Amino acid sequence: MSKSDTQPQSYTPRDWDSMAGFIDSGYKSTGKRGVSRNLLEINPDLAALTGPAFGAESVGELDHDLTRNGRVNGEPLGERIIVTGQVLDEHGNPVPHTLVEVWQCNAAGRYVHKKDVHDAPLDPNFLGAGRCMTDAEGRYRFISIKPAAYPWGNHPNAWRPAHIHLSLFGPSISTRLVTQMYFPDDPLLAFDPIYQSVPAGARERMVSRFSLDVTEEAWALGYIFDIVLRGPSATPEA
Amino acid sequence: MTLKQTPSQTVGPFFAYGLTPEQYLYDFRQLVDGQMRPREDMPGEAIRIVGRVFDADGQAAEDAMIELWQPNAAGRFNHPADQRTERPLIEGFSGFGRFGTGTDPDARFIFDTVKPGAIDDRQAPFITVIVFMRGLLNHAYTRLYFSDDQAAQAHDPVLQSVPAERRQTLIAERRDTATGVEYNFDIHMQGERETVFFDL
Ligand SMILES: [Fe+3]
Repeated sequence: MSKSDTQPQSYTPRDWDSMAGFIDSGYKSTGKRGVSRNLLEINPDLAALTGPAFGAESVGELDHDLTRNGRVNGEPLGERIIVTGQVLDEHGNPVPHTLVEVWQCNAAGRYVHKKDVHDAPLDPNFLGAGRCMTDAEGRYRFISIKPAAYPWGNHPNAWRPAHIHLSLFGPSISTRLVTQMYFPDDPLLAFDPIYQSVPAGARERMVSRFSLDVTEEAWALGYIFDIVLRGPSATPEA
Repeated sequence: MTLKQTPSQTVGPFFAYGLTPEQYLYDFRQLVDGQMRPREDMPGEAIRIVGRVFDADGQAAEDAMIELWQPNAAGRFNHPADQRTERPLIEGFSGFGRFGTGTDPDARFIFDTVKPGAIDDRQAPFITVIVFMRGLLNHAYTRLYFSDDQAAQAHDPVLQSVPAERRQTLIAERRDTATGVEYNFDIHMQGERETVFFDL
């Protein structure tokens, strides 16, 4: 955990105009699982201003490289990608030394998870899970294989656009975020109830951009995905 | 505000090998689990917290992930924002736990921890609970209070701000079992007994 000179007294609220509703008519399982009553307001106290702190020791040498951390006897199949970006708060300040956890399906659209029954091949050399820490400037970077679309049972002919799941903490449990990163120009985005559950104007923030600068010659395509967490709403006087 | 928040998305059904891999027997090192009391001699009362996450039909979710965040038995959070040195930190107690409901035959989450101390004179002891699952587009925060803290709860400002008829949804029931103290905390996403969730 990095030492900060000013401890916030509270964080800005969740920007509900940027968030999906808990119950979404297009995404079926929200109907019985989404919160149906109003959330209760709560005054921020130490329980909301604190949260777990993962140190550099949390991350192993290959954890950020999904093309290597699941190898058994060779390279995983698929298109190699580099995903990098900056984790910032709403004021534009970097969120340093925070944990980023990721998981995804393989290049055929199949998850290693035992409950994934999609009839696409598993890749013996790809697990699809990784983690890294942001650096002092809030930057993170991991290497992976481009995930593919996969079908799901939400409605007839339902396919999830290619995506990577991300989980972040930031400085407190108030700044906790679980989201999904999508790829630019994916035609499935227009038909995906999970992506579409987020209001237009906000959902586009979940789409990464292709970058030739991040791309490494003859090796991997580069994508940039910046992430914005809630920021301090006030800082105590010195 | 110069930047806008990144929207939340569901954790989906397949989080386990990324977030709770060892619990689900995947070959990937796990950072955190339900064992929040790594030492037998950890100061404070050893407790187990068990519960299930129910949907509108009363079906227990087998693909939910629960996270707990709590102070230690002295009411101190292991975090730089809590500088109250008169309340000691306890070596080895992080205060954070994570558990998926997919490995228990009854879809329960199970945490072994210590009972938290009150964080100040006004509030009764509690644990912050975060719910993630397929079908939940934004994670949901709630609070777990303990059934044997009634006196302190009578003047707890948060509990008292909750409509009286819904307060019970935040109280974990204490049970003394052969193996120790257990608190049951079921979470109802909807229905008559819908748990109170907070806009934290
Ligand atoms: Fe997915």
